[in-house]
Amino acid sequence: MGIDRRKFVKVAGLAALGFAARPPIRAFGQEITGESLEIRESKAGELLSGAVEEIKRAPHPPKNANRWAMVIDLRKCREHQDCTACIDACHKIHNVPSYPKPKDEIKWIWKEHFNHAFPDADHDFIEEEVKHSNALLLCNHCDNPPCVRVCPTQATWKREEDGLVMMDWHRCIGCRYCIAACPYGSRSFNYREPKKFLEEQGIKPQPDFPTRTRGVVEKCTFCEERLARNLWPACVEACPYNALTFGDLDNADDPVRILLHDNFTIRRKPGLGTQPEVYYIV
Amino acid sequence: MSDTGKIVIGLIVFLILMTFPIWYNIVNGVTPIQDPEIATQNVPGKNQCVRPVEYMRAKHMNLLNQWRDEVVRRGDRYTEGPNGELIEKSLSNTCMDCHSNKENFCDRCHNAMAVDPYCWNCHIMPSEAAETEMAMSTTPEEEN
Repeated sequence: MGIDRRKFVKVAGLAALGFAARPPIRAFGQEITGESLEIRESKAGELLSGAVEEIKRAPHPPKNANRWAMVIDLRKCREHQDCTACIDACHKIHNVPSYPKPKDEIKWIWKEHFNHAFPDADHDFIEEEVKHSNALLLCNHCDNPPCVRVCPTQATWKREEDGLVMMDWHRCIGCRYCIAACPYGSRSFNYREPKKFLEEQGIKPQPDFPTRTRGVVEKCTFCEERLARNLWPACVEACPYNALTFGDLDNADDPVRILLHDNFTIRRKPGLGTQPEVYYIV
Repeated sequence: MSDTGKIVIGLIVFLILMTFPIWYNIVNGVTPIQDPEIATQNVPGKNQCVRPVEYMRAKHMNLLNQWRDEVVRRGDRYTEGPNGELIEKSLSNTCMDCHSNKENFCDRCHNAMAVDPYCWNCHIMPSEAAETEMAMSTTPEEEN
């Protein structure tokens, strides 16, 4: 026999002691390594007292994110129903034309009536203020994107490093399978020649970003081209009320995670299993 | 075989029509292809192309396609220039800095060669662009 009763009891006792010591050691470790706990606690305290202080946005987004995500505070959007700062900024720098006919409409970020945006969350007796409000919508950059599955040319694909659902407009053949697959209406088809229309409207395109061409599908890219230059997405930067928070979902100390931790959030059509990465505080 | 005459006449007409471009050029003389015009004088510090001239003449389309794939598909945005400096792989933001005269630089050759690249269906020529207002044109600060 390798072990007698006396030895067994000793080892078991030590192991039990180790387990008992784990939580205090971990808490102690967190206190040293990061102040995340404190931030969260103070944040929760402010929430309880009713005075929510803004989480200040850093001058630049984090460099190496594993999973980009966005939290939209619809409470702030409801306070300023007429504000279109984010939409204007996005559509301007990405040369998105605003066609007069709804059939031609190109949408990167747009507003939609609450019960259309969240059919699962809607019922007859929902809070009046919410019922008659608009929600701010954009591509959800799903973790399990149906548009990517159906694209026959891999013109749209999920970037594995940071989860962005990307578009390669050079490769899009305009089959519109992705439009049929996307349950959020986040994709638009160019029925008209955007450059020509911008010219007709007397709008000079921004030189740093191409327009698209007729017969190509387009959508929000979470400002991939700006992230590469270490800039926040245009909508996030443009919002005067700090209603849009963007960050790395994989980092527990990221403002996005702190907001998700402290607030009840919903996502659009979660039952479809697409795992959207745009979260809404209602 | 009473149709021989008609067939021969038809064949002759066909041959003349087929070889018309050759006759036309012999009679009118060949229009010389104008050399593309390079306007680099306006860009201080840039007096050399990103690759040798011979390479660019023959293979610029390959380089552009390669850049496109690297930037769009892999997010690999910068490459080394002729003097070891860092340059952005961008048609609108790098090439057009020096070759801003698209009409005399790109189009002249492309028209003579009857090629119709679709770059400008989407990408913005310097002449049609607005002034940038948002901070898109910042250099890749502390990036590399």
